[in-house]
Amino acid sequence: MGSQGGFYQSKEFLDLVKSIGEARSKAEEDRIVLNEIETLKRRISEPDIPKRKMKEYIIRLVYIEMLGHDASFGYIHAVKMTHDDSLLVKRTGYLAVTLFLNEDHDLIILIVNTIQKDLKSDNYLVVCAALNAVCKLINEETIPAVLPQAMELLAHPKEAVRKKAIMALHRFYQKSPSSVSHLVSNFRKRLCDNDPGVMGATLCPLFELIARDVNSYKDLVISFVSILKQVAERRLSKAYDYHQMPAPFIQIKLLKILALLGSGDKQASENMYTVVGDIFRKCDSSSNIGNAVLYECICCVSSIYPNPKLLESAADVISRFLKSDSHNLKYMGIDALGRLIKISPEIAEQHQLAVIDCLEDPDDTLKRKTFELLYKMTKSTNVEVIVDRMIDYMISINDNHYKTEIASRCVELAEQFAPSNQWFIQTMNRVFEHAGDLVNIKVAHNLMRLIAEGFGEDDDNADTKLRSSAVESYLRILGEPKLPSVFLQVICWVLGEYGTADGMFSASDITGKLCDVAEAYSNDETVKAYATTALMKIYAFEIAARRKVDMLPECQSLMEELLASHSTDLQQRAYELQAVIGLDAHAVACIMPSDASCEDIEVDRDLSFLNDYIQEAIEKGAQPYIPESERSGMLNISNFRNQDHHEASSHGLRFEAYELPKPAVQSRIPQTLIASTEIVPVPEPMYPRESYQTTMPSIPSDAGSAELKLRLEGVQKKWGRSTYTPATSTSNSTSQKTVNGTSQGDGASTVSSMRETYDSRKPQVEVSHEKQKLAASLFGGSSKTEKSPATGHKAAKASSHVVEKSHVPKSSLEVASEKATPAQQPPDLLDLGEPTATSTALQLDPFKQLEGLLDATEVASAVNGAPAASRSPDIMALYADTAAGIHNKNDADLLSGLSNPSVTNMPGTTAMPQVTQSSSKGPNPKDSLEKDALVRQMGVNPSSQNPNLFKDLLG
Amino acid sequence: MIKAVMVMNTQGKPRLAKFFDFLPVEKQQELMRRVFGVLCSRPENVSNFIEAESIFGPDSRLVYNHFATLYFVVVFDSSENELAMLDLIQLLVQQTLERCFKNVCELDIVFNYSKIHTILDEIILGGQVLETRSTEIMRAVEEISKLEAATNAISFIPKSASSWLSR
Repeated sequence: MGSQGGFYQSKEFLDLVKSIGEARSKAEEDRIVLNEIETLKRRISEPDIPKRKMKEYIIRLVYIEMLGHDASFGYIHAVKMTHDDSLLVKRTGYLAVTLFLNEDHDLIILIVNTIQKDLKSDNYLVVCAALNAVCKLINEETIPAVLPQAMELLAHPKEAVRKKAIMALHRFYQKSPSSVSHLVSNFRKRLCDNDPGVMGATLCPLFELIARDVNSYKDLVISFVSILKQVAERRLSKAYDYHQMPAPFIQIKLLKILALLGSGDKQASENMYTVVGDIFRKCDSSSNIGNAVLYECICCVSSIYPNPKLLESAADVISRFLKSDSHNLKYMGIDALGRLIKISPEIAEQHQLAVIDCLEDPDDTLKRKTFELLYKMTKSTNVEVIVDRMIDYMISINDNHYKTEIASRCVELAEQFAPSNQWFIQTMNRVFEHAGDLVNIKVAHNLMRLIAEGFGEDDDNADTKLRSSAVESYLRILGEPKLPSVFLQVICWVLGEYGTADGMFSASDITGKLCDVAEAYSNDETVKAYATTALMKIYAFEIAARRKVDMLPECQSLMEELLASHSTDLQQRAYELQAVIGLDAHAVACIMPSDASCEDIEVDRDLSFLNDYIQEAIEKGAQPYIPESERSGMLNISNFRNQDHHEASSHGLRFEAYELPKPAVQSRIPQTLIASTEIVPVPEPMYPRESYQTTMPSIPSDAGSAELKLRLEGVQKKWGRSTYTPATSTSNSTSQKTVNGTSQGDGASTVSSMRETYDSRKPQVEVSHEKQKLAASLFGGSSKTEKSPATGHKAAKASSHVVEKSHVPKSSLEVASEKATPAQQPPDLLDLGEPTATSTALQLDPFKQLEGLLDATEVASAVNGAPAASRSPDIMALYADTAAGIHNKNDADLLSGLSNPSVTNMPGTTAMPQVTQSSSKGPNPKDSLEKDALVRQMGVNPSSQNPNLFKDLLG
Repeated sequence: MIKAVMVMNTQGKPRLAKFFDFLPVEKQQELMRRVFGVLCSRPENVSNFIEAESIFGPDSRLVYNHFATLYFVVVFDSSENELAMLDLIQLLVQQTLERCFKNVCELDIVFNYSKIHTILDEIILGGQVLETRSTEIMRAVEEISKLEAATNAISFIPKSASSWLSR
């Protein structure tokens, strides 16, 4: 039977095929094939192999390679075969090389010459074989070598050769449009070839050319229409009929071309109406190919300038497709419906039932196509049903690619059309529950924001209900095993924020659940971090409400575990929690106000609260601050950080000379001032720990960590311990028992609040317009603040509203200014040390800033006027604020006493005498309290969770 | 443009693979395995189309047809029509292979590997449908067959017959 079709094969090949076919396992098959490879390797290199044998070996090689084994040892023999004079051997050689080699393979160079020769052959079969190879093996570089011959072949007497030459030219165009751009007119000419087959072949390249540049081919509309007309009227020979359809493949190509040409062009479209209408009428809808042409007509009609009559015909065909029993036709019908509803949305109505049927069909392909249609049809009226269906389907499938796609579509539709927030939250819950690890983390942030912001109206009741329902649903969902990490993060955050807000659940209920989460997902540090912060919030709210806090035993053991955790982030959170529990109600209410996550963080950029201290220091004889640009020589240390930065960025030793200090870069503290430093209420030893922790995981590529390490050594040696110790002793001396007892915790929380500010900034940047809405709602809804249990907090919050209102436009400006100074950011952010404040001092007029704080409308202009305002001062401000905030609660005087010393760290402010005149510490303690509180509230993201964070800031 | 034509049997063994853009062998194998994974899980009496974007990347569609023990698969992009591609498989199998082999079966395809490639080259060139008249395709293939038969008869038959007998 081997020679049945005239293609001779040997018994050996048959045996090989048979034994492979009978192999019971992959291993057995592999063994057989490896044997065969050994045999072939041996035989193929024997001298004087008969051509017929050689040909068979090559076919066997091709077969072996198809089975997935390496046959590269035989490539060169295949190449040799193409040089053979015998057509048969040559053909086999060409076949093998087209299958073995890609166009960039080294051996191609050995074939190009042969191809050139063969293209000139008198035997058209040789020419055809060479053209086949040309289509597969010629790349951009070798095109010029064969282009002239290929061009000549366009006029070859044999139509089979002309056709293949056109395809070869088309292939050249695909590989390198520029190499044949001067020859594309040949395609137009070949359109008039007297052989319809050649004309049909020409449509392929023309379709591609037109798809790339419609306007250059508008003149061909009439020609295409007349060709289509002739084809449809059966003017071509019977040989072109296929299932009684005249040249259907040519019709399909022509309709595709017309759809491109008529798109958005009324004049061109009008030429097409008659012929397309004719095809609609004449087409035989009983055969598969007839339906293919009809489908193509619908595509054409929906693409060209709409014509009511044609749309009607198209709608008829669609309903026929949808009513058909064939799944193929239903599929085409759904697809066509999706195209047509863009033009006439009303036609979907009549097919509702058919569409629903397709949705329930066992055929997965059809189902997916239908979901695609539904996605296109979604409106606010039907979104609930559609998304519900989509999620059901999403749950049922395993294909991650499609699951991701459908999940993102659900989210998109829900965000776009959600009828209510409650529904949105429930929908998101389902998406998260079942595809949580596949959805974008931003979706989770959006969800948290939505729950926090509520309806954005003055309807606190509805917001509370929304949150209660979210809490309730989350507590229920937590019972499910194996939830995705992202979803757990959302759950923990919401439970921490609102778990006890409505009084439905007790603190021990919620904390118990949170402990369960931390325990059940003990491998997921992010979730654990979220859970710990949530626990802290719950306890803080309890303390603030002056209820007795009993830590659950499981919570205690969790804390013990975390206190010794290898993750510094977790460890820190645990220490913070411990510290917060030790504080009294008033303090806790200040640092952890309930339901304050939406409020903006107001940052005292110019550290105006330190003005008093500066004044005092100067009076005592301290030197005023000299801006770095005005200093020379004596403070070489000031560009220390610059150098570090360079070193870090080049990741190695630097060999070139250090550049001169740049103006307007923050400086170190002049050493002279340190002498006057009595107290630095800043627990400096905390820096190293924190800075490693935040920078290393979040920007591993940035060399920031190395930089920090270097710098921090300097800090500790020079100002580290010695200044720190007095700071603690001072707070002792002022009989601050709580502060003293938790001084370590304070440090941790201060630092963490700094970090959290960064974190919270990312969402802020994303949603600045959302913020406006929020601002408006917060503004009207001041009743929210009155609910706050802590009386001291009320005032702070109320003022925060005032500030915030006028602060709204500022936030966007801040963002802009941040982006404007990316170059300066890295050092600022990473440099958590003292000197950071100076840049603001240099670039912003603190006086103005201070005014701005009092009259917040001016803040915007101040910030606006200082394009180089960098982020770093925030850190400093916060930092000092926290210190102030904690101490403030008992003794207002102490506050000034405590915050003043930190001025020493801010030489910038010292340099501004006018600051002292306007010093008004009135709003500052309040601001700082509120800031710190908000910072902690906003801190929903553990640092490691947000690798993009710095990207945002760095631009 | 047509991206690939594949033939595999119902056990997932590849019988023919033609990729119109070069892909390394391992990649071809992987794609065929994944296609087979989808094909064999399809219930009966469903459509002949499969969403192939997760396998072949964006803008790719897949049409298959099942004949006896073989799946014929065509992968293509949006410039082709699904139903027409289905007919192309029909054309290949029922109007061409059937005529060449009379009751074409899996073994015919394996054993006449190079001939199937020749037929396919006549129908599809460089990823474009070149010829859809089965008479034309047959004529071209016959011409080559005749040539081959002639060459065999002249130079190789004696040798081959002796080697055949010696086994």
